[in-house]
Amino acid sequence: MTEFATLTSEGGRSASKANAQTLVAFKGVDKVFANEVTALSGLDLEIRAGEFLSLLGPSGCGKSTVLRLLTGLTSPTRGEIIWSCDRPEFGFVFQEPTLMPWSDVFHNVWLPLRLAGISKEKARPRIDEALTQVGLSGFAKAYPRQLSGGMKMRVSIARALVTRPAVLLMDEPFAALDEITRLKLNDDLAALQASLNATVVFVTHSVFESVYLADRIVVMAARPGRAVAEITVDAPGPRREGFRVSPHYAETCRRTSAALHLAMGEATPGELLE
Amino acid sequence: MTREDFIGYAVPALTLGLGLCFWEGVVRYFGIPPYLLPAPSVIISTLFTDWPTLSSSLWVTLSITLKALLAAVIGSVTLAVIFAQSQLIERAFYPFAVALQVTPIVAIAPLLLIYLAPSVAVLVCAFLVAFFPLLANTTLGLSSADHNLVDLFQMYRASRLQQFMLLRLPSALPYFLAGLRISGGLALIGAIVAEIAAGSAGQGSGLAYRIVESGFRLNIPRMFAALLLISVAGITIHVFLTAFSHWLLHDWHESERGREA
Repeated sequence: MTEFATLTSEGGRSASKANAQTLVAFKGVDKVFANEVTALSGLDLEIRAGEFLSLLGPSGCGKSTVLRLLTGLTSPTRGEIIWSCDRPEFGFVFQEPTLMPWSDVFHNVWLPLRLAGISKEKARPRIDEALTQVGLSGFAKAYPRQLSGGMKMRVSIARALVTRPAVLLMDEPFAALDEITRLKLNDDLAALQASLNATVVFVTHSVFESVYLADRIVVMAARPGRAVAEITVDAPGPRREGFRVSPHYAETCRRTSAALHLAMGEATPGELLE
Repeated sequence: MTREDFIGYAVPALTLGLGLCFWEGVVRYFGIPPYLLPAPSVIISTLFTDWPTLSSSLWVTLSITLKALLAAVIGSVTLAVIFAQSQLIERAFYPFAVALQVTPIVAIAPLLLIYLAPSVAVLVCAFLVAFFPLLANTTLGLSSADHNLVDLFQMYRASRLQQFMLLRLPSALPYFLAGLRISGGLALIGAIVAEIAAGSAGQGSGLAYRIVESGFRLNIPRMFAALLLISVAGITIHVFLTAFSHWLLHDWHESERGREA
């Protein structure tokens, strides 16, 4: 499989994004579902324009709810979500590829543009571009069931990119994939993010994935869901395989793991203490 | 054709042939008269000699079956689409649907024969039997679109019509086709049952009527010939609908996966 195409490469992204302006802020947001389950309680969270933010936490900490609140598919029970601009265009990647099995790759990627009334011919260059970005340019006519799990996920990412969204929301996109495919997609996503100008909010419960990809990690705790720690990953991008074996990566993983243990209400294992 | 394919066809053909030979042999050896049990050879020759009568009856039964199936498709899909618009409508009408479905059609047929002309009553019976599997399956299919895809459509501000055409209808297609395969067989059964219930009351000249009539006349070979035609008609409908379903789904649906080598 080819890699995600790298269009341009910007160095030192973390440094330039650390003082980027706030795109959206959650202020004391509560979310209580109809069945009276409290998904979020008093969440304060700031998302900065152009950053790669990872939301890390155990199951049930409301990570996915944060994404749904961002899209406007659901509203907060209490508190406010304040955008610094109009609500932007989103791309969304689910944990499952969530493709339409009856449509080929081209028609699946066309969907967001089609719903906006853009004809097949007008959309074609954008679709080709998105498929090239995820390394699937030869697969427009394939049906989802002919593709491997990793390739389906690439189609799902292409569909999210085809509108050139300002904000890309990813809900544990690689959780269902095998480890080898997952590492490969992490590498390709890191390269792709360096070339896009989008803000990415990436939900995961993998410490290693979040440290490898993110500029900033917000650790969340469950019952009720809230943000408990924030870790800045200060490594210049675009990150490559080598970052995974660097001392800085190991050190950040250690700090992040310790924060996650704390968030889960467990004693921090001795080997993670400084 | 591979060797496995050949064996796959040859084995059932062989057992069928052996069974028929056994039947023929038993009838000849014991000298069983045709009015008790006709030999397969007699049934086949009756099929040829009585073909003018039987073929016109076959046509009557088939045309009732197909009209009933067509009416069931149109009616059930329309109703399922209406049900899909609101849970309240679905709830309001479902008791009628369920009550009609669970009542055996043989029990309704005499009543229908009072209200309707026999030929219409037979058609209505076949329609009622074919209607409910289609309605139940299509309703289920329309409401079983992937929830994440529904969210995605809402996120991209899809209109109700877009969501219906691009998401709900294609999601419902495999369910509808499964219902269609069931209803195809049931429409034939419904037509036959209603013809028998109509019996002497009807001017019906369908295959079921031929069976009843031949029974009265102790023309057992013709009964068997009519039965054979009904079986063949049922098998043909099933094979045709299965092929139709395969043609529509083979590109994408999991149920068709096993067909590829």
